[in-house]
Amino acid sequence: MTLDLKLDTPFEDHRADQLPQGILGHEQDRPDGWLKVAGRATYAAETDPDGLLHGVLVRAPATGTVMLSNLAEVEAMPGVRKVMSHPKMIRNAAQGTANKAPVQGVDHADYVGQPIALVVAETFETATHAAHALIVSVDGVVKPATPDEVTPEQPDDKQTILGDPDITFADADVLIDETYTTPAMVSAAMEPHAATADWDGDTLTLRGALQMLKFNKNELADSVGLPSEKVRLLAPYVGGGFGSKLGISADCVAAALAAMELGQPVRVVQHRRQVFEVNTRRSETRQHIRLAASKDGKLVGLGHEALVSQLPEEDFSEPVIQGSHFAYAAANRKLGLEIARIHRPAAGSVRAPGESVGVTAFEIAMDELAVATGVDPVELRLKNIPDKDPESGKPFSSHRLESALKQGAEAFGWGSRPDKPRQHRDGEWWTGTGMSAAFRVNMVIEAEARIVLSESGATVQSDMTDIGTGSYAIFQQIAAELLGQPMDQVTVELGDTRFPPGSGSGGSFGAASTGTAVWLAAMEIRQQIADRLGCAEGDLTLQDGIATCGNTRTSLGDLLSDEITGHGHVEPGDAFEKVRQATFGAHFAEVAVSDVTGEVRVRRMLGSFACGRILNPRTARSQCHGGMTWGIGMALTEELTHDRRDGHIVNRDLAGYHVPVNADVPDLEVLFVDERDDWAGPMQAKGIGELGICGAGAAIINAIHHATGARIRDLPATPDKVIAAMTKAGY
Amino acid sequence: MNTNLTVNGRPHALDLDTRVTLLDALRDQLKLTGSKKGCDHGQCGACTVLVNGQRINACLSLAVMHDGDEITTVEGLSSDGRSPLQAAFVRHDGMQCGYCTPGQLCSATAVLDEIARGWPSHVSADLEGPVELTREELAERMSGNICRCSCYPGISKAILSVAEDGTVHREAAE
Repeated sequence: MTLDLKLDTPFEDHRADQLPQGILGHEQDRPDGWLKVAGRATYAAETDPDGLLHGVLVRAPATGTVMLSNLAEVEAMPGVRKVMSHPKMIRNAAQGTANKAPVQGVDHADYVGQPIALVVAETFETATHAAHALIVSVDGVVKPATPDEVTPEQPDDKQTILGDPDITFADADVLIDETYTTPAMVSAAMEPHAATADWDGDTLTLRGALQMLKFNKNELADSVGLPSEKVRLLAPYVGGGFGSKLGISADCVAAALAAMELGQPVRVVQHRRQVFEVNTRRSETRQHIRLAASKDGKLVGLGHEALVSQLPEEDFSEPVIQGSHFAYAAANRKLGLEIARIHRPAAGSVRAPGESVGVTAFEIAMDELAVATGVDPVELRLKNIPDKDPESGKPFSSHRLESALKQGAEAFGWGSRPDKPRQHRDGEWWTGTGMSAAFRVNMVIEAEARIVLSESGATVQSDMTDIGTGSYAIFQQIAAELLGQPMDQVTVELGDTRFPPGSGSGGSFGAASTGTAVWLAAMEIRQQIADRLGCAEGDLTLQDGIATCGNTRTSLGDLLSDEITGHGHVEPGDAFEKVRQATFGAHFAEVAVSDVTGEVRVRRMLGSFACGRILNPRTARSQCHGGMTWGIGMALTEELTHDRRDGHIVNRDLAGYHVPVNADVPDLEVLFVDERDDWAGPMQAKGIGELGICGAGAAIINAIHHATGARIRDLPATPDKVIAAMTKAGY
Repeated sequence: MNTNLTVNGRPHALDLDTRVTLLDALRDQLKLTGSKKGCDHGQCGACTVLVNGQRINACLSLAVMHDGDEITTVEGLSSDGRSPLQAAFVRHDGMQCGYCTPGQLCSATAVLDEIARGWPSHVSADLEGPVELTREELAERMSGNICRCSCYPGISKAILSVAEDGTVHREAAE
């Protein structure tokens, strides 16, 4: 039996508020945390099958046709088993939910750094040495590598014009008309992409660093030419993803092909410098933003036109304007996205594709409007909240931006802020505060889960992954809460394609998708227990191992002489046609800026977020900390530098690409706005993993302006730019 | 090359390729995969282990250089994986994906010892006297361990909660 649910209508019954155990919605330890602190959680490269061989990927030094002139000599080196340049090897990772092989064929390099061969040897050291010994020559056809060299595509379905924006821009009382740029960025998850592949002559088993197994399985099968049912993927622990592990990656396909050819297990781990090149990056953006407003800050027109880049054969493009479609009311609107087809490493999803950079630039523009009109930045946002989707006219499923702004402002102490910039100096440090709103679309993906309940407890199973997001914790809580079990009697097993297909991790949809499938599986078990007791499910209370129906109390142990299995299945439905669903929030930051060096230090940050029901405040807060910290990186340090001539990534490691470290991050405060979004399913919970980054960088950039009077429009705000902007502002 | 390592109190006699890093010897030869390889470059800190009580990046050191050394990995921080520091990391959610966590824990163990010994850092107010374990002092000393999930607030709270009153005097450590 399966309890199926298509999300067509709102769930006005807030069942999760009435459950007796006090587990769901409350702080709980991550069950996987104890394995992680003991070093016993095993990641993709951490199995050790008999006869394991080690593969090292080789990169293209230029674009064009690839030649390996000493292949035979390298293959003859002691300990080397194979130098593989297989036509089925992939050029870069698949895009999220591709469900089929990405672009294959490594005899041609489409970007500098593309994998072009795999060297397999008996030890990692031998494979690394041999990979370095391989002489790779490329015919070096020069291809466009900067957006300015090409005429960008302008896809019709990515352009929106409503009303008469051009006339509005010309006639407005107040017009902000500026261009903002954000650099390319990378996920830089701590676990490098890695795969351990084992072929038994019939079935391929691969342990990988992957986010979305049900799609990855088909992508791998299609890549290597196997039927999907002959592929099993394992990813019980994944060392971060942030979008970079959405699709099957080059190490997986190469390891699988080598294992199938050599008849021995093969492990391929990407070197950190390969992680930067071979997996998808966030495209750089150029964003032309226009805000036409009345003197009191009411928007009458808005324009948001963005340019991004991508390789010619990839269909993803950074959806920069996604948040601007619904963030603010304005009758006249011009939104558009252009794509420059150039030869930099493939662009793809990096934490909150679209809003992470789009909302950030837009919220800097909103701060410029606040300064131009003299309206307080919080007040300016409040004034422009739409009462329905400003483009489709659909109602919002739930809209708590006002609460997020007001509660955040109060907790931060925003009210005591002087209106004018450059008012506080502390030695060489100018200090000031800034804020931004946060917007992110909410999504649900089809998902299934199974629960088996027996005398000894419950086991939850899905091929869902936990990439640090807290899947293990919240599924354990949902099952324990609904089935009346103590937490330690619920086991959660994830990351194996032999389990029911979950949503995978990405797009903040894990909790609301696979979490709902777990909820439904538990509900199906409750129904079976109620049937056994002869009462309605709604009248059944399960608490501390006791089933209560009316005046009858029965020990669950007595009812469970056999196992009861529940299977839950959720899929998106008409809800997404009927309402506009999103998550909302507000960021507040205080910075200090050195008058001498232009260095910016974030002194404190506060985020308030409305994401529906919070299932576990502790893991949810950590997700928000992550997003906010990525905002610090986006505002101040993170920038992937491409060589203008050939597009290669110059700073392709963690010494050259600066992610925030402990000393860059002050204590971060997180508030959750009380919300139940009835359209989000039976738990009324929405996504939370990405909202925290959307606009966070803008709060810092706006605080730099408040502290110093310097306006930064080209991120990140490195000291050289801050000094130049202070000089330009006349200081 | 024959190399004797004592790892988490157990002696091991290994015959190693001289190119094998200490990190790979631990992970591949001794099957102690708790120590993580995040960059193989000395840039991320995920491989931090204690060698004769002091923290190093195990990826930047060849195993054969450690003949006779005593090494502690995350697996050796406690017998049950629930030392006060390990428990504090769970309680304060000092992790998300968990990949940097073993390195953070080994670093934190060494940081508490460095402070107890009065070793100053770049941000210490006084180079001579006892070192006060402030948030700033901790952040400075823990900045060699990158956490891309960005659990720094939880990591710092966990370590400070274990350090109790914030000031660890040299005498107390000895």
